[in-house]
Amino acid sequence: MRVLGLRKAPSRRKGVIPGFGLCMGVTLSMLSLVVLIPLASVFLILKDFSLHEFWNVISDRQTVATYRVSLGCAFTAAAVNVLFGVLLAWVLTRYKFPGKRILDGLIELPFALPTAVAGIALTTLYSNKGWVGSLFERMGVKISYTTVGITIAMIFIGIPFVVRSIQPVLEKLDAQYEEAAAILGASRARTFFKVILPEILPAALTGFGLAFARSIGEYGSVVFIAGNIPYRTQITPLIIMNKLEQFNYPAATSIALVMIVFSFIVLFGIHVLSARVNKIAGGGAGG
Amino acid sequence: MRVKSFFSKKTVALSLALASFAGLFSGCVGSDSDTKAPETIAITNVSYDPTRELYEQYNKLFAAYWKKEKGQDVTVTQSHGGSGKQARSVLEGNEADVVTLALEGDIDELRKAGLIEDGWVQELEKNSAPYTSTIVFLVRKGNPKGIKDWDDLVKPGVEVITPDPKSSGGARWNFLAAWAFFGKLTGATEETQKEQIKALYSNVTVLDSGARGSTTTFVENGQGDVLLAWENEAFLSLKEHPGDFEIITPSLSILAQPSVAVVDANAKKHGTEEVSKAYLAYLYSEEAQRLAGQNYYRPSNAAILKEFDTTFDLQIALVSIDGDFGGWEAATAKFFADGAIFDQIYKK
Amino acid sequence: MKGKITRWVLVGLGVLFIALMLLLPLAAVLVYALRQGWATFLSAVTDTYAIKALQLTLLAAGITLAINTVFGLFAAWAITKFRFRGKQALTTLIDIPFSISPIVAGLVFIVVFGRIGWAYPLLEAWNIKIVFAVPGIVLATIFVTFPFVSRELIPLMQASGSDEETAAALMGARGLRIFRRVTLPHIKWGLLYGVILCTARALGEFGAVSVVSGHLRGKTNTLPLHVEILYSEFRLTAAFSVASVLVVIAVLILILRNIVEHKLKREERL
Repeated sequence: MRVLGLRKAPSRRKGVIPGFGLCMGVTLSMLSLVVLIPLASVFLILKDFSLHEFWNVISDRQTVATYRVSLGCAFTAAAVNVLFGVLLAWVLTRYKFPGKRILDGLIELPFALPTAVAGIALTTLYSNKGWVGSLFERMGVKISYTTVGITIAMIFIGIPFVVRSIQPVLEKLDAQYEEAAAILGASRARTFFKVILPEILPAALTGFGLAFARSIGEYGSVVFIAGNIPYRTQITPLIIMNKLEQFNYPAATSIALVMIVFSFIVLFGIHVLSARVNKIAGGGAGG
Repeated sequence: MRVKSFFSKKTVALSLALASFAGLFSGCVGSDSDTKAPETIAITNVSYDPTRELYEQYNKLFAAYWKKEKGQDVTVTQSHGGSGKQARSVLEGNEADVVTLALEGDIDELRKAGLIEDGWVQELEKNSAPYTSTIVFLVRKGNPKGIKDWDDLVKPGVEVITPDPKSSGGARWNFLAAWAFFGKLTGATEETQKEQIKALYSNVTVLDSGARGSTTTFVENGQGDVLLAWENEAFLSLKEHPGDFEIITPSLSILAQPSVAVVDANAKKHGTEEVSKAYLAYLYSEEAQRLAGQNYYRPSNAAILKEFDTTFDLQIALVSIDGDFGGWEAATAKFFADGAIFDQIYKK
Repeated sequence: MKGKITRWVLVGLGVLFIALMLLLPLAAVLVYALRQGWATFLSAVTDTYAIKALQLTLLAAGITLAINTVFGLFAAWAITKFRFRGKQALTTLIDIPFSISPIVAGLVFIVVFGRIGWAYPLLEAWNIKIVFAVPGIVLATIFVTFPFVSRELIPLMQASGSDEETAAALMGARGLRIFRRVTLPHIKWGLLYGVILCTARALGEFGAVSVVSGHLRGKTNTLPLHVEILYSEFRLTAAFSVASVLVVIAVLILILRNIVEHKLKREERL
């Protein structure tokens, strides 16, 4: 009764809401045309590549070093974003202050700003000759062309994912809930950690996952600010470009495949997680 | 509640979806029909980064020449980017009529793919290299780190900016010039050469993927003490930022021969073989040679080169890729292939 | 008293973070754009190649929008109004373009439609060009923004459930009518929101498009690519000028989004 076959009648409401076949048909065919078939074609490039060669390419020391840089920076960036994401979502839902709507509106800027423009602007700003970079240079910190710079670019593109995941949850969370806790004598910090945090944790994790997945693959805004030094500041998308430039399509595709699989795992995790959260919150979507 | 519908919902939705896809592909059919008209002809020149300024001017020069010669208006669509990237785009289907790239090896990839006929190097004079260049150092005003030659680059505390030889044509010339210099030192063996090169590259703070990227990093974003640059690129930076930089010519450098070729398969397809061949051949004319010189490329015509002897340091000792490295094929395998010397110097 | 301090500290931190991370780059673009005066700015943005690039960008964004909206509606309907096996997998697949590296996104079209791709002989026979031509740019843009509309719609339609649609269907209404009369009023602002985000992202896509573009001047250069070209042509001011056009478009879109979101919230409250 719970789950039935894809093309079979959907549920006990069989045939009541029309259009299952049509919607599924259009969805699947467009998905196939735009995403699945092109993605699957990646495997065709690999047909002359033995498993051994494949493994050699993806486990090459320099390549593994790029995973480390990409994953490490993306992880740090996503963590910073969760921290500030919770803070921003909290400020935006709980307080009134002048300019709040502007602040709220700005959150999506990284979506709207072309990544190349963001990359060029960030590099200029954070290089040791730029407005911000020169301040940090005096403290002996270099930002552009280091992993710090890569992380900053990734924080930039990840902000909206986290804030926008947490904000709706905080909005729905009844303020009375917190008041009750306060009346019962819980301290503010205690209220936050015992009452609010557990509620927003799943949303924060979703936001973290999205920001993380997006950052790993990011190219436009990171490429300008990354120093591209092997083993130190070379990110995975850049080594894919490198392989391509040497006309080594199978190698480039192999590494690309690793990234695709990784994205899929992260995203699938998010979906399973958020489905579970929905079920807890709403008693299961659609029954 | 009666439903009024002209079409069934399926037809509407399907036709919507189909129409949007059809719309997507309709823009492309017959796009080259206008290029076949006899009074105008269009060709595409896929080139590398530092030639933007040169070809912008050359295209006008050639258009005037061709109009006089054949009475035909010719428009040239330019494309610029890293040399390897550009060659790859042609390989993948970017239909260039002519390619004017940084490396013979990049063009040779197109020959291997069957787009260019065998023997293209001998097609034009001077190994199909109408202009040459070399690698020099660009340093900040007053040369604060006192950089004179290649061995100054390995000193601790000197920050070097050069692109990644894995992806940039210019970067390979840089690497080979340094290699040649360290090979001429007394008592040099391949081991000491590797060590010196390793020391040099450990001073590199930003390894951009293309030569232009490196120049921007050095010039605009103020990174590093010395930029290993194409001679023409270095002169251009001086022109753009007068008084900020100085050019240092090392005691030994490499003769960099950017190559040009007609992409036979594409030119045949577009019916542009004649104009494409003329486009490249005219690069050897006196006017074009002079234009190359004005854009800081060394003209291959010796007489014209002499006219620019105040610009270029003609005394510099130059090694060559064919004479000293056994050609690109051998050099690539030895230095730049995966796991070759360049990869080795980064292994700890 | 203590509450007030915490509050201002938190607001201050939030504002500082946004200012440092988001506002400053924005300001930098505008300041650099105008540092050589209006004349330079105007000549950069009215340059023939800049205008052609803008046209191409708008064209690509327009087609992308149409296709992704159609897809978003169908996909959201299929996912939220029915139950079937593999729903998680399907939603994950739809979301894939979202987290795939733009470089990889460009590459997949090269390996299908490029000279090395399996579809090339077919295209050659029909004299159709996809990659290194406008269709390739459009395709890459569609790919990158594919999930944007459906992602906005799915939670919204999930929340409203399917009871009303079921009731309407039981009363004998047909699919299109149910959608128009019952579902659309619920989701219209959400739909618009998704469409706006999709437009914003489509206008600014760089990585994927740069792989399939071929950088042919005046033919396959979009505005973000044009910015990069100017940047590497030593024309920093011109690059930032053109970039500022994109920034202004982005800000306009954000204002639009803000208005839509307020309508959306007001509706939710009703």
